[in-house]
Amino acid sequence: MKQRLVLNLRDLPTYGFGTESPMWWGTLAFISLEATGFALAIGTYFYLAFIAQGWPISAPPPNIWPGTIVLVMLLVSVVPNHLVESWAKKEDLGKTQIGLTIMSIAGIMPLIVRIYEFPALGLSWDENAYGSILWLLLGLHTFHLLTDVGDTLVLMVLMFTRHGKSGRRFSDVSDNAFYWDFVVASWVVIYFVIYVFPRWQT
Amino acid sequence: MKDTSPPVTSGLRDTELDDATLDRLLKKTWETPKGLYGWLATVDHKAIGRRYIVTAFIFFLLAGLAAVAMRLQLAVPENQLVGPDLYNQLFTMHGTTMMFLFAVPIMEAFGVYLVPLMIGTRNIAFPRLNAFSYWVYLSGGIMLWVAFALNTGADAGWFSYVPLAGPEFGVGKRSDFWAQMVTFTEVAGLAVAVEIIATIFKQRAPGMSLDRIPIFVWSMLVTSFVILFAMPAVMIASTMLILDRLVGTHFFNPAEGGDALLWQHLFWFFGHPEVYIIFIPATGFVSAIIPTFVRRPMFGHLAIVLALISIGFLSFGLWVHHMFATGLPQLGESFFTASSMAIAIPSGLQIFCWIATIWGGRPIFKTPMLFVLGFIVTFVLGGLTGVMVASVPLDLQVHDTYFVVAHFHYVLVGGAVFPLLGAVHYWYPKVTGRMMGEQLGLWSFALIFIGFNATFFPMHILGLQGMPRRVYTYMPETGWAGTNLFVSLSSSLLVAGLILFAWNAVKSLKSGAAAGDNPWDAPTLEWATSSPPRSYNFSRIPVVSHREPLWAQRQFLDVVSGLRVDARELVSGTVADAAPQLREPSVDNSIWPFLSALAVGATFIGSIFTPWAVVWGGIPIAIGLIGWFWPKGNPEDEE
Ligand code: HEM
Repeated sequence: MKQRLVLNLRDLPTYGFGTESPMWWGTLAFISLEATGFALAIGTYFYLAFIAQGWPISAPPPNIWPGTIVLVMLLVSVVPNHLVESWAKKEDLGKTQIGLTIMSIAGIMPLIVRIYEFPALGLSWDENAYGSILWLLLGLHTFHLLTDVGDTLVLMVLMFTRHGKSGRRFSDVSDNAFYWDFVVASWVVIYFVIYVFPRWQT
Repeated sequence: MKDTSPPVTSGLRDTELDDATLDRLLKKTWETPKGLYGWLATVDHKAIGRRYIVTAFIFFLLAGLAAVAMRLQLAVPENQLVGPDLYNQLFTMHGTTMMFLFAVPIMEAFGVYLVPLMIGTRNIAFPRLNAFSYWVYLSGGIMLWVAFALNTGADAGWFSYVPLAGPEFGVGKRSDFWAQMVTFTEVAGLAVAVEIIATIFKQRAPGMSLDRIPIFVWSMLVTSFVILFAMPAVMIASTMLILDRLVGTHFFNPAEGGDALLWQHLFWFFGHPEVYIIFIPATGFVSAIIPTFVRRPMFGHLAIVLALISIGFLSFGLWVHHMFATGLPQLGESFFTASSMAIAIPSGLQIFCWIATIWGGRPIFKTPMLFVLGFIVTFVLGGLTGVMVASVPLDLQVHDTYFVVAHFHYVLVGGAVFPLLGAVHYWYPKVTGRMMGEQLGLWSFALIFIGFNATFFPMHILGLQGMPRRVYTYMPETGWAGTNLFVSLSSSLLVAGLILFAWNAVKSLKSGAAAGDNPWDAPTLEWATSSPPRSYNFSRIPVVSHREPLWAQRQFLDVVSGLRVDARELVSGTVADAAPQLREPSVDNSIWPFLSALAVGATFIGSIFTPWAVVWGGIPIAIGLIGWFWPKGNPEDEE
């Protein structure tokens, strides 16, 4: 078929932030499906609690401290997270490099506390269904934490190479910040399920 | 062949180029290199879509062979051909393969191939994820069937109920392979859903506002959302199952506070939408085929779109209807009966729009249209039995009998496979550049339609007579022998029809008549480009100002200019109006998605044998992903 030129897009930019970027929508879609997974795992927790004679099953509520430390660390990390995001949007390479370095540390610290959090649950996954669902919830969240920290580390290294000077990298940094918010928000919910709900029960 | 033309200036735009130069330069930028490496590394949505389609049909063949074995066994009472253990594996492999490895992947595959063409873009969003998803899907399918060949075939039914599939009764590794197959296919399915959503939201041709999106594309969008919210359920469930089996968790163990019904809730939270994941794209095929063959736009375009969306929502209200026989609270049951029946309303609305369109048009009865008509007839019947099983008292009566087997084959074969075969005939010329034979098409349709009804209709009767499903044989005294023999003989008609269809598809590759760009004079954008489309789909991206662009404007195709030709570029725009926002770079071929899929596959399979596989597998997976995302200094990365 014959073509008729009706629109010249020569001057459009080649990257954008937020809803402009397809990657942002892809991230949102992944967040939605992962949030569905979290919701179903949490649903399972309450389902098991509902059919149980007493809850928690033959164990005291888990030791609240490691989880609370993680909670505080994650909540605090929201501040540098949003700073990095705004620096990335301004395409300020130097500040973005510093910000990502801070975010990498802010991601690794809760992972270290996590090592102590699993034993602090107070029972093993194979003791009863309560133990199983606790480990599943914590495992799911740890998996997300781990992948996003990995992503942050790679991005940080990238920003120190010659590839860092590309506008798309800044867009990637802002999508990574978006995902980190999800990792933090999901922990707030799971924290309440794992630590607060059983105390409020008894 | 070595390209001796002078190097392209970096950042060269298409604006001033004549057609021949433009094609030559775009080809250089977009083409997949020949040879094994190119084959493994391609990220062209058309190559991957074709692969998905062919692979899914091979699984259809395997599952079909399992069905043939079952029908041979059931043809006469007390048959000795297949023993009970093999029979269990056969129906499980058949159901599992049909649902997880054939029906869902093939619908998504059509989306992968067609959506970018129909919305006027050059590749799917996240092309490497797309390549990755295919390799993961393929490994999952091969794993399941290799396990079956080694007598470790899944044997607890396609929904793998606990406790039968649990650690206590599901001995050996059979159910573990089943559970990991689910993980493979759902990872692939979810990835494709994300790509399709992002593609439709962001990459539509300038001017393709929401009200100009073709109905098939809408159907893929709704399906992708249903996938997004349904598939995590079965992933969580199958993960719990494998944890119960391998590391001794107690999710489904009532002795330690677990619960067997939990499995059913999680499974059907996915399983019922699953039927709609298969069915919604099928209705999309129907809505694409009808206007072309009755020569008029769809009557009630908006009504159909709204019906699709409401079916998407309602599909989640239905899961409990699979569990009426488990004794839920009375009020709950009534609620779920109501929502099971509610879905008949949007479905009915669609049917009325289709019939009105056919009524007001001038139908041309080519093969694609025949399959659509066969679908409408069958679907009305299948829908009726569906409303029947949605009522609690009747469901209790026919639960787990052949009535149910008949019902869901009416829905799945009549409701999805018929439109699918119509779609194959319809888009075959676009994909291959050649037409399928009409004569053979007519014969295969007739055999499939008659064979299907003669096979599955009598199963209703067998069910009402009390024949349970999943039995490997029956006694002569039951009086079921005559009907069973009739069913088995009829299924050979069905099989003959499918063989004719396959023959037609293979033969036409070489000897079919040349198709040209738009052999059916269809209205949507995929027909505005060559058949088969070139690697870059459109030499210039179209601009859309009408719902049926190729009918509204027959002399010219309006297009944009100003894109780079030395790097892969496409247009991305606003979600509602498709107003251009970016010249979005599209990634180049890469071997890393394939390598990552290998690492993921090895990890999943390893985890069947030791939980440590997950830890050690993490290392190659991480390497694979870093290789995948690390920029290679390509021009499209550097702006
Ligand atoms: C092509 C012709 C087909 C034939 C002759 C056929 C035949 C059968 C038979 C005989 C059974 C029942 C086994 C039993 O309960 O003992 C069965 C079960 C089943 N079929 Fe098909 N089928 C066909 C196509 C399909 C298709 C296209 C799908 C899905 C898209 C499908 C999905 C299923 C499922 C999910 C089951 C239940 C498996 C289970 O009980 O776990 N079938 N089929």
